[in-house]
Amino acid sequence: MIRMKNIRILIKNIRDGLKNIVRNFSLSLASISCITVTLLIVAVAIIGSLNVENFTNVIRDDFTIVVYIENDCDDKKENEIKGEIQDLSNIESIEYNSKKQIADDMKKESQIFDTIISSWSESENPLYDTYLVKVKDSDKISNSAKKIEKIDGVALVKYGEGMIESLLSIFDIIEKILIVIVVSLIIVTAFLIVNTIKITIFSRQEEIEIKRLVGASNFSIKQPFVIEGLFIGLIGSIIPVLVTIYGYSTLYEKTGGILFSKFIKLFEPFPFVFIISSVLIVIGVVVGMFGSSRAVRKYLKI
Amino acid sequence: MEFIRITDVEKTYPSGVTALYGLNLKIKKGDFTFIIGASGSGKSTLMKMLYREEKPTAGEIIIGGVNVAKLKNRKVYKLRRKLGVVFQDFKLLPKLTVYENVAFVLEMFGYDKNEVRVKTLKALDLVGLKEKVKSYPSELSGGEQQRVAIARAIVNAPKLVICDEPTGNLDPDTSLEIMKVLEVINNLGTTVIVVTHDRDIVNKMKKRVILLDKGRLKKDFEKGTYDKNEKH
Repeated sequence: MIRMKNIRILIKNIRDGLKNIVRNFSLSLASISCITVTLLIVAVAIIGSLNVENFTNVIRDDFTIVVYIENDCDDKKENEIKGEIQDLSNIESIEYNSKKQIADDMKKESQIFDTIISSWSESENPLYDTYLVKVKDSDKISNSAKKIEKIDGVALVKYGEGMIESLLSIFDIIEKILIVIVVSLIIVTAFLIVNTIKITIFSRQEEIEIKRLVGASNFSIKQPFVIEGLFIGLIGSIIPVLVTIYGYSTLYEKTGGILFSKFIKLFEPFPFVFIISSVLIVIGVVVGMFGSSRAVRKYLKI
Repeated sequence: MEFIRITDVEKTYPSGVTALYGLNLKIKKGDFTFIIGASGSGKSTLMKMLYREEKPTAGEIIIGGVNVAKLKNRKVYKLRRKLGVVFQDFKLLPKLTVYENVAFVLEMFGYDKNEVRVKTLKALDLVGLKEKVKSYPSELSGGEQQRVAIARAIVNAPKLVICDEPTGNLDPDTSLEIMKVLEVINNLGTTVIVVTHDRDIVNKMKKRVILLDKGRLKKDFEKGTYDKNEKH
């Protein structure tokens, strides 16, 4: 019986919430456009930050430690070294590159190399056999390199020291800045919307007062406003969602998914844009409901 | 049997103004009571404490066995559902029709559509406005608007109706009309309290009259029994 009552009240409040948006259309429009504009900026920021993260990951995946093995090691010793590297934590994969292979690769690069290298006999090859090691966590690459260097039979370890570290710290900074931008945008939106909705509710103070006087609980006064906020958030996210879906897939098509250089690869548009769209809708709805709820609070006696 | 018991009630506003001093009052179930007094006598403060818009600084206000003075803000609605309040300025919602202005109270409480319709039409019939259900408040006279407000106050069948200067904005004839409506409601068993400074009406109605003066109970004219324990 009580449940029936609550369902009826909920249905009535949903109807009232929709009616109120239409009834106070100019004011609703203010809240809706406020959400629309900020969600557009949030969309650009999220798409930007995710893509930056994406291509930093692409670059990170390329980070490789080159392990040079002493020339007096035989195959057995080399396998032992491989085993020892594999036993370390943070190792993703190991690839063997013999000095003969390296010499062959170099031959292809220029005619001069070809001439010189072709003159070496097998025992004269001055190059080293190498292992190309990829790590799981590129932030710990220098740590892993140091450990590998200590293994007996390892002549030299190279992983682009310095350059990689500064790249990593730059990526880190870019990521943090983007997160700060997105989070602060969401907070600013919430505040903007609270204030816009406060203005719209200001004109409905009397309605709230009367409801209070005839025995409406705080919850039952709040509910239609919160539902109204939900719809405002939903309507406000329509344009940002469309812009995200069509804008991003168009951008991807026009650029072929590559921006400026081959390192900067964009996410495939599908299902990426749908995920972003859902996030935008959730942000719009939550912020709309939160904004309404905060704004009504002022007129309730709690 | 007393329905309302007010014991040693004092009200001092945060500004330091004291509106009521040690008020004691009993109102019986089914009574029709006028509360009169000059501006600043504390009558509006007393009304506001009855529907718990204000809290007394000291003392008890018992309505139907519940100490209203101790009611928490978020529980106030439970009290308000059991009483009806009528104001000088009607407090109708301008964008709703007469019917909707009365029905929304019941809808808010979750009654089903049929119940809402029956009770709303019954209340509007009682105040004589059954013909105007589709009008908007702006299309009605002051007296008619106040009758809508009364219909809204009684639609949930409250035991108590509180009217704060219900005829303050109305001409004498219309005022009397409103009082007749309130008398009908009272005759159906509802306790009615009316705050007014309209002496004519009070004299014509011949009901219990409580006179407040500068925050104190000055006179209590009661037909029939007279409670000697009451201060005045």
